[in-house]
Amino acid sequence: MSDTMEEGYITEDGRKIGGTLMEMKNITLRFGGVKAITDISFDIKEGEIRAIIGPNGAGKSSMLNVISGFYVPQEGEVWYKGAKRPPMKPYQVAQQGIARTFQNIALFEGMSVLDNVMTGRLNYMKTNMFQQAIWKGKAEKEEVENREFVEKVIDFLEIQSIRKTPVARLPYGLKKRVELARALAAAPHLLLLDEPMAGMNVEEKEDMSRFILDVNDEFGTTIALIEHDMGVVMDLSDRVVVMDYGKKIGDGTPDEVRNNQDVIDAYLGVSHD
Amino acid sequence: MAQSSQATDGLQSIPALLHRNATEMADSPAYREKQFGIWQSWTWRQSQREINNLARGLLNIGVNEGDFIAIIGRNRPYMYWSMVAAQSVGAIPVPLYQDAAAEEMAYVLDHCGARFVIAEDQEQVDKVIEIQDDLHQFEHMIYLDPRGMRKYDHTQLHEFSHIQEQGHAARDELTPELERRRSKLTYDSTCVMLYTSGTTGKPKGVVLSNRNVIETAKNSSEFDKLRANEEILAYLPMAWVGDFIFSVGQAYWCGFCVNCPESAETLTADLREIGPTYYFAPPRVFETQLTNVMIRMEDAGPLKRKMFHHFMDHAKKVGGDILDGNKVGLGDRLKYALGDLLIYGPLKNTLGFSRVRVGYTAGEAIGPEIFSFYRSLGINLKQLYGQTEATVFITAQPDGQVRADTVGVPSPGVELKIDDNGEVHYRSPGVFEYYYKNEESTKGTKTDDGWVATGDAGFLEKDSGHLRIIDRAKDVGKMADGSMFAPKFVENKLKFFPNVLEAVLFGNGRDRCMAFINIDLTAVGNWAERNNIAYSSYQELAGHPKVLETIKEHVEEVNRSVAEDEMLSGCQIHRFLVLHKELDADDGEMTRTRKVRRRIVEEKFDDLIAGLYDGKSDIHTTTEVTYEDGRKGSISAHLTLMDAAVVPVSSAKVAAE
Repeated sequence: MSDTMEEGYITEDGRKIGGTLMEMKNITLRFGGVKAITDISFDIKEGEIRAIIGPNGAGKSSMLNVISGFYVPQEGEVWYKGAKRPPMKPYQVAQQGIARTFQNIALFEGMSVLDNVMTGRLNYMKTNMFQQAIWKGKAEKEEVENREFVEKVIDFLEIQSIRKTPVARLPYGLKKRVELARALAAAPHLLLLDEPMAGMNVEEKEDMSRFILDVNDEFGTTIALIEHDMGVVMDLSDRVVVMDYGKKIGDGTPDEVRNNQDVIDAYLGVSHD
Repeated sequence: MAQSSQATDGLQSIPALLHRNATEMADSPAYREKQFGIWQSWTWRQSQREINNLARGLLNIGVNEGDFIAIIGRNRPYMYWSMVAAQSVGAIPVPLYQDAAAEEMAYVLDHCGARFVIAEDQEQVDKVIEIQDDLHQFEHMIYLDPRGMRKYDHTQLHEFSHIQEQGHAARDELTPELERRRSKLTYDSTCVMLYTSGTTGKPKGVVLSNRNVIETAKNSSEFDKLRANEEILAYLPMAWVGDFIFSVGQAYWCGFCVNCPESAETLTADLREIGPTYYFAPPRVFETQLTNVMIRMEDAGPLKRKMFHHFMDHAKKVGGDILDGNKVGLGDRLKYALGDLLIYGPLKNTLGFSRVRVGYTAGEAIGPEIFSFYRSLGINLKQLYGQTEATVFITAQPDGQVRADTVGVPSPGVELKIDDNGEVHYRSPGVFEYYYKNEESTKGTKTDDGWVATGDAGFLEKDSGHLRIIDRAKDVGKMADGSMFAPKFVENKLKFFPNVLEAVLFGNGRDRCMAFINIDLTAVGNWAERNNIAYSSYQELAGHPKVLETIKEHVEEVNRSVAEDEMLSGCQIHRFLVLHKELDADDGEMTRTRKVRRRIVEEKFDDLIAGLYDGKSDIHTTTEVTYEDGRKGSISAHLTLMDAAVVPVSSAKVAAE
């Protein structure tokens, strides 16, 4: 097996990318007779923005679910921080410093933005139910600390004005931002974004792109994202994995991928002559 | 010198006032800002420490006496400290409008030759970097918010906190120099330079001395009995003279606390939390607020709605009189008290006006109904009249003499006169020193003995001594038949309808008047929602036949009202159209303070004006628009030109005689 802590690289805009954070080795995922992912290998390096793209049904979301530990592949290994990861429950994965957002927004609609984002701090809350019922003392101190962190996230994503607004009342673009806030509240090492721009207008996409870049820049968070808006992906990411029908058909910098014949065929179709 | 320092106890500059406040009321709050969801506050002593560290930091990077330091950002304590720190080292702060595009900033930065810029965040830094090649004197930029700034080339860039740290570290060597420069500040030193928004032509740099600012702050604070325990919310652009006087001049003179909102979007919530005692807002803000209240009441349950209207009717009857201390019967007073408990109190609380003791509005005429609405709730809303060149105050309404149609009596220390053309002139301790690098304009505006022409036409009422403003003097023209043409007079009447956001009247030198109208999207949109009228854009709603009908009714009502004024009855609107886009500062159609640039609108839409006068019933037009980021695009529309009924003037006169 290859060394899991390979050398990093320098990006075009001069950022230093570290060694391998996560490595997928020969992953195959089946649902009954359907092969969603076939023998895919790639790595995610420390500090980079890594995109997984592909046409509809290519297996992108399945791949993200494998990374997040929600699906356990039948074949292959997931290596994280230099160690092989055993099958885990999603909360255990979260404890390892991986946070995610969802394609179809999974927020608590009846709760305020603040409360929703606070749930992202769950892994940092150590007091038990009784201590929280009594509230004074330990539980209070803990909440103050976590609230402080959450407020920084709220400030970072510029959602101060909706702090106390119930999520159900927010427009779609803002809900997406709240989801990102909740994921950031967990102070993740690796952030997984499932179609962060889906259903957004141009302006909202620009805002979201800027936030993704800022998160990476300010906190050094490694980001893996799925997106089918090619333009956005190419501008945003350092390296791109391209999938089609569950197979990996390309892997490299946006420029390399753009000029890859298989990728062009997958996106534009091949003439059958 | 000795004489003048006696008159103001040696307090001849803002830094001197800071020193007094930091000594005499060291532990009272000077600044508050909501940050990370919590109100952070700084006492006068802490503020002085912050300002001194920054001032020494400025010395450290080589700020000379007489340098201009541009300050670009929204209202934050740090930005106010920047201004006072600049003054402390003998430099001149030049606050700029933070929403100005890069090219607009380029003119101002080049004109004042700013060597230093203090910018709030990446957005502002980017704008300055974009234009810095054309700025020959520009040397260093200091930014406040480090977010996104790590990758920038830091040879000319400095972080605000680092500058302060350096200033603190070098305090032993730099303090003597700071003291030396600060002690040289007198009444004659320049306090601040503010660029006028420039309704016509390029912006002009108005130089205000310490005398202008401190005398005005002192007089106006005494006029309204402002004290050290006032609370204000600083939310209006820092580049505007009003904010400088309220948040710096008066705040330092009285020693009251300046509160800065968390962000522009959280303003209403922050206003409610602070509950200012002294509040200023342009008429537009009051208008929008009233519109929102009315819209929300329409959506409220029947009981609440009934109660609201019942008690508001009562407030309209007696509220103003109670506020002015006039005689009101006991029954009415009791009912008003009940209304205060049930309606007025909670409403004021929602609006953030529970504690307002002195409220001002200015800049434009305010609708009499809007004005009396707030006053009837028991909010002491008054009007003032002023301009940058006067350090704001020319006239203001004293408590108990407040009316919608005047702008008050001359402020303390101000002399007024009206010339033969009806133009208002004033002379006061607040009269500006000169326009920077523009002697010609200075001479054209200010006479040798200190009189300044306001550019506004008006008259003093005989019995009350109150000033009434009719219009901009240069906008007042003559119709073809020689009768007076005062567009603002008619436009204001139109704008008093909640459905009308903006109106522009044409007719100078012509036989009839025509008008452009902008609908108010909030008000009309809500009406459309309640009447099941679907629309997808501003343009579509603006062209809806039912909307046009409603606007037509408004126009005809205005015509009837205009016809009653003998002098201006010729200004009735014969035809009008509802514009397909909102007039916007980004397109140059308005100033940044949202005043219509009449000439530009006239040139830009000349095809539409011609269409109105030619009697066409509809017209197709394409208009160029500029987006916020500077990109250009165009929108085209098919507009319906409407006729409006006018009251025949001559026959009305005959009937009256």
